[in-house]
Amino acid sequence: MEEILRVNNLSKRFEDIEVLNNLSLSVKKGEVVVIVGPSGCGKSTFLRCLNGLEEIEEGEIFLDGEKVSSNKKNMSKTREKIGMVFQSYDLFPHKTILQNITLAPIKVKKRKKAEVEEEALKLLDRVGLLSKKDNYPRQLSGGQKQRVAIVRALIMHPEVLLLDEITAALDPEMVREVLDVVLSLAKEGRTMLIVTHEMAFAKAVADRVIFLENGKIVEEGSPKEFFEDPKTDRLKKFLETFSYEK
Amino acid sequence: MGFEVLLKGNNMLRLLGGLGVAMYISLISVAISIFLGIILGALMTLKNPVINAFSRVYLEIVRIMPQMVLLFIVYFGATKVLGINLSAEISSIIVFSFWGTAEMSDLVRGALSGIDKIQYESSMALGMNTRQTYFHVIIPQIIRRLIPLSINLITRMIKTTSLVMMIGIVEVLKVGQQIIEANRKSSPNAAFGVFATIFLLYFLACYPISCLSKYLEKKWEN
Ligand SMILES: Nc1ncnc2c1ncn2[C@@H]1O[C@H](COP(=O)(O)OP(=O)(O)O)[C@@H](O)[C@H]1O
Ligand SMILES: [Mg+2]
Repeated sequence: MEEILRVNNLSKRFEDIEVLNNLSLSVKKGEVVVIVGPSGCGKSTFLRCLNGLEEIEEGEIFLDGEKVSSNKKNMSKTREKIGMVFQSYDLFPHKTILQNITLAPIKVKKRKKAEVEEEALKLLDRVGLLSKKDNYPRQLSGGQKQRVAIVRALIMHPEVLLLDEITAALDPEMVREVLDVVLSLAKEGRTMLIVTHEMAFAKAVADRVIFLENGKIVEEGSPKEFFEDPKTDRLKKFLETFSYEK
Repeated sequence: MGFEVLLKGNNMLRLLGGLGVAMYISLISVAISIFLGIILGALMTLKNPVINAFSRVYLEIVRIMPQMVLLFIVYFGATKVLGINLSAEISSIIVFSFWGTAEMSDLVRGALSGIDKIQYESSMALGMNTRQTYFHVIIPQIIRRLIPLSINLITRMIKTTSLVMMIGIVEVLKVGQQIIEANRKSSPNAAFGVFATIFLLYFLACYPISCLSKYLEKKWEN
């Protein structure tokens, strides 16, 4: 299968701390890559470098064969191709759900309003939120907001979708409804990079799992190998923190 | 009760005219304050040490100086000391704008820094450029926060304009005093009627504005 995203020797530091250390990665079209690792190991920073929210200092990123540069003008172009959903609810509070979703396609892609709205309603229906189209974000639960945020990213037709701990701030009973949407996206063959702490979900959704620690890839493999037969001690230790045995 | 003096001649019209002067001075001052306040408030978020030092001193001066002192300084200071002939109206507009710009810039700074970084980032992540992000995402949110607050500033300005009679402007309170003086013999109770009417006029001018601000605040809360 063809490669869609390639990262070569990416490094990133904040002042004295090396957050990403010579990281390389290749993602194929339609692949779902899950990134796990202890808090502060650089997962968010890595995703943010991919869509240019952090400046790339060392290394290269190629999307669809084209080099992603920190150049401002090219960056907006790249961001159209990479969708991202964040951990904290980030809907625009002054716009209705429908307006939240249609803003970027209308303004950035210059698509016709009627056509965009039609697509938005279809997507909202798919995530079970059609009835909320005229509500404001404050009237939605956390889980509903995250589903809208996914739709808002999807309607830009991104080639790669980045999800950064999108259920981490949710009440437990709302996690499922959001992850189900992500699972259905994986089934339809979307390319995704997912950061999560939900190990059962990672196992179910991933084609490949990566363990990141101190800004380095320590281990990677298929979900089966990764969770059932971890090679490195550090991954074993990390996975132990998620299991409860007497 | 003293209300009868208001029916004499064009007394009521004169009172309304006085209120008009007060409204005129405060509305012009508010317009200037909003304009300059937005610029200064935006500059304050840049965290430039020179701008910050300047604005801190400026805000502090406004906070500790009674407006009346500022009025006297500008009106008498400018004419007597600098030899510039400022009309009383211009002097009061300068003073009220000086005051209003300080308040406004602080409100703008608060509104700007109150907008979460994630709002900029999620807009950028959708492919919007800086101009689109400000135009569609950031500025509408700032305006929604600012409008109720600046309306509140307008009502406070209208109230404070009663000070300008101290430098000779014939605004509503001054007209009231003139009416009372002129009818001292025939209606000894005029003071009550006139001041009660002025109270009502101020109320009628400020209450709808204050209601509007409450309504907008409720409508836009998020
Ligand atoms: N803007 C920043 N300035 C300074 N340090 C930062 C910044 N963003 C992240 N860091 C640091 O980089 C490290 C990695 O952060 P992050 O990528 O958010 O980790 P993760 O998402 O894996 O929890 C942390 O030590 C964090 O404190
Ligand atoms: Mg993170």
